[in-house]
Amino acid sequence: MADLRTNFAGIESSNPFWLASGPPTNTYGQVAKAFDQGWGGAVWKTIGEPIINVFSRYGSVDLGQNRMMGFNNIELISDRPVADNLKEIAEVKRNYPKHAVIASLMVESKRETWHAIVKQTEDTGADGIELNFGCPHGMSERGMGSAVGQVPDYTCQIVEWVKEVATIPVIVKLTPNVTDVTYIARAAVKGGADALSLINTINSIVGIDLATFEPQPSVAGKSSHGGYCGPAVKPIALHLVSAVAGDPKVTIPISGIGGISSWRDAAEFIALGAGTLQVCTAVMHYGFRIVEDLIDGLSNWMDERGFRSLDEIRGRALPRVTKWEELDINYHVLAHIDQDTCIKCELCWTACEDGAHQAIRRLPRDNGGPVVEIIEEACVGCNLCAAVCPVQGCITMREVPNDFPAVSWKNYAAGTGKLAPRSSQFHTAAWAPRRAQ
Amino acid sequence: MPVPNAFTDEQLAANFADIAPPLTNDAALLEANKCLFCHDAPCTIACPTHIDVPAFIKKIASGNLRGSARVILDPNPFGHSCARACPVEVLCEGACVLNDRDEAPIKIALLQRHATDKVLEHKWKLFEPGTPTGKRVAIVGAGPAGLACARDLRRCGHAVTVFEAKPQPGGLNTYGIAEYKLKADVALAEVQDILDLGVELKTGITVTSVAKLLEEFDAVFVGVGLGSTKKLGIPGEELPGVIDALTFIEHLKTHPYRETPVGRHVVVIGAGNTAIDAVTQAKRLGAASATIVYRRGEADMAAYHYEYELAKKDGCGFRFNAAPQRIVGNGAVAGLELSSGETIPCDMIILAIGQGTRTELTVPSDPRVFTGGDCANGGAEIVNAAAEGVTAAKRIHEFLGGIVR
Repeated sequence: MADLRTNFAGIESSNPFWLASGPPTNTYGQVAKAFDQGWGGAVWKTIGEPIINVFSRYGSVDLGQNRMMGFNNIELISDRPVADNLKEIAEVKRNYPKHAVIASLMVESKRETWHAIVKQTEDTGADGIELNFGCPHGMSERGMGSAVGQVPDYTCQIVEWVKEVATIPVIVKLTPNVTDVTYIARAAVKGGADALSLINTINSIVGIDLATFEPQPSVAGKSSHGGYCGPAVKPIALHLVSAVAGDPKVTIPISGIGGISSWRDAAEFIALGAGTLQVCTAVMHYGFRIVEDLIDGLSNWMDERGFRSLDEIRGRALPRVTKWEELDINYHVLAHIDQDTCIKCELCWTACEDGAHQAIRRLPRDNGGPVVEIIEEACVGCNLCAAVCPVQGCITMREVPNDFPAVSWKNYAAGTGKLAPRSSQFHTAAWAPRRAQ
Repeated sequence: MPVPNAFTDEQLAANFADIAPPLTNDAALLEANKCLFCHDAPCTIACPTHIDVPAFIKKIASGNLRGSARVILDPNPFGHSCARACPVEVLCEGACVLNDRDEAPIKIALLQRHATDKVLEHKWKLFEPGTPTGKRVAIVGAGPAGLACARDLRRCGHAVTVFEAKPQPGGLNTYGIAEYKLKADVALAEVQDILDLGVELKTGITVTSVAKLLEEFDAVFVGVGLGSTKKLGIPGEELPGVIDALTFIEHLKTHPYRETPVGRHVVVIGAGNTAIDAVTQAKRLGAASATIVYRRGEADMAAYHYEYELAKKDGCGFRFNAAPQRIVGNGAVAGLELSSGETIPCDMIILAIGQGTRTELTVPSDPRVFTGGDCANGGAEIVNAAAEGVTAAKRIHEFLGGIVR
């Protein structure tokens, strides 16, 4: 049985699955229930000077039958008094000493205010502090949240203030709403952060009601941009985690956040360098119970693959994330259609013809044989046909070896290395008239 | 007299192929992702073994098939055969909330098969015997009830010996489920998985005294099932060509299809689920006509509605309000005479009017003796037998001083 125990910047938990700061970690009752069901840790809903929320707070993006593929919110930080939150954190920590309890904090940008809240927080026995420098809505208008996290100097300054008094690990939560997240990450490191967590939510408007022209979620007919999260944001989060984890100037642990719904998602974040995983939207959708399969699935997969601990997976994919200019331009793949499993929908043809390289030939349906075939001279191996094909494993991309040594664009542009012959058939103007006939 | 059927081997194989073929990986993933993951799920409530259906389906969706199979087999040691032979239309799938959205329910049975097939395919060992307790339990009958009980007793660490009268274990799973639903090799593989936990199996032994077993064992579980098919009690029943449904099905399941004799015109008396199994399989073996004769009306049939539909789809005939009076024939069955005076010409009559209880074994009233399965519930599904076997194992474990989780 794989060992899922985690030590993250000195914070220990029985597994890497933590609840992210948000609605599921608003109360003692929720966090205690989550721990009973197996969560390794929880980052408390951000504590600060209590706010007043609007009622309508969440907007959702469905994809076909699947609800909440994307999700946004205009909810602010905790609306409960600081003292109540701290009392409950202390109670949770007392009753669940082996679980990681992290206090998420956000106060106005004054040194003494930060000092005060950090000291109060430490008195609860919390294992760590997460600085919410990422909330993109509401709080940012008041000079907090992403207003801090979007400016490297502010980030560094506040981390320094916090570190002046903090004795427990300080995690800085980063906003994705910046041009290059590594600048903020480095600023946090410079300020003395013990760890990073990312991503916070992404600025978004989830939709407009076309009957009323109200943006969603509508508050008396109007809305405001909100933080986008859920499965839809996972690729963005994976990229930003890899960018930070792969930055040689960032050597502190990273807690991965963003659309994690299954153990597979979790494994991907770990492979890109995440030490712990934080989950919110999936819990808001399906409840704390999902942790059972997060643990069971990850551990079964690790057993099957012979991985004994998370350290053996952590960062394993990172060396494979590289600059485009380093990629081998002599590596050729071509699409292959398995005619036995093809259901003749011709989606691949449509996609390739209009959206890619016109590398699929259509054959008459009445022949009874194949209706699509790859034109290998035209195929650039782009993967589009395999992506649109509704039959698993029907279209596969197959490597076509050549005698040319690997060459990167960097080397090729510098004049070293030879380019292997490649597809060069295009539907030019000369082709278009034939089509019209 | 029944004659060998006229189908080719290929036709016979097709006729007895799985009526619900397995899902491809692709289809299983799509289907699994349709599940809403209900809380306090009606499907789970409807299952006599209370398999956590949404949990196992979500594990298929997440790609955790080993975990999925464990969720199924933990509460139900007969998850393989139940996936094939359970009347899901009236259990989990019938309870699926999607029915209330006027949609087809989640294909729970096929998803369950998808996950559990992987156990046999990869030879996963999902369960382990418990630390030996030194206690010994005898189990009479190697059907689903007895073996479900055996598995969980082994998981608790008790030594288990199973006595079975037949040459093969599995009970009706091996000998009595319609061939197009569950084949004997699957039933036996499922049983082997249980035996591999260290269950001692003694076949070919008919236990006649529970009291005697109690001299040797700390507890006894009796799961002997029901007895032979009841007799009609009408003249002509002894004629060659009259056979009881269970004997007919058992022959079919233990011989190459071609070797099971079937009449040209077959009449099945009775209208329960076993009657349906008999009439459809007679048709699939090659009978030119196969007809259910039932003394009451269509609405009184004991068979599930979907079983009735299946028989009609197979081209079987139905004669309702037709009371058999006499089997006619000179040295062999030639027809069934009804009380109306009409005679239905036929050369084979299959009796499916229910099984009697076993009389060869009396179960003493003793705190060390437990029962379950058909012999205790009067005859129900595999899933009921499995549930009762599992419950009995808990009670026995408790009785032997163990702590039940």
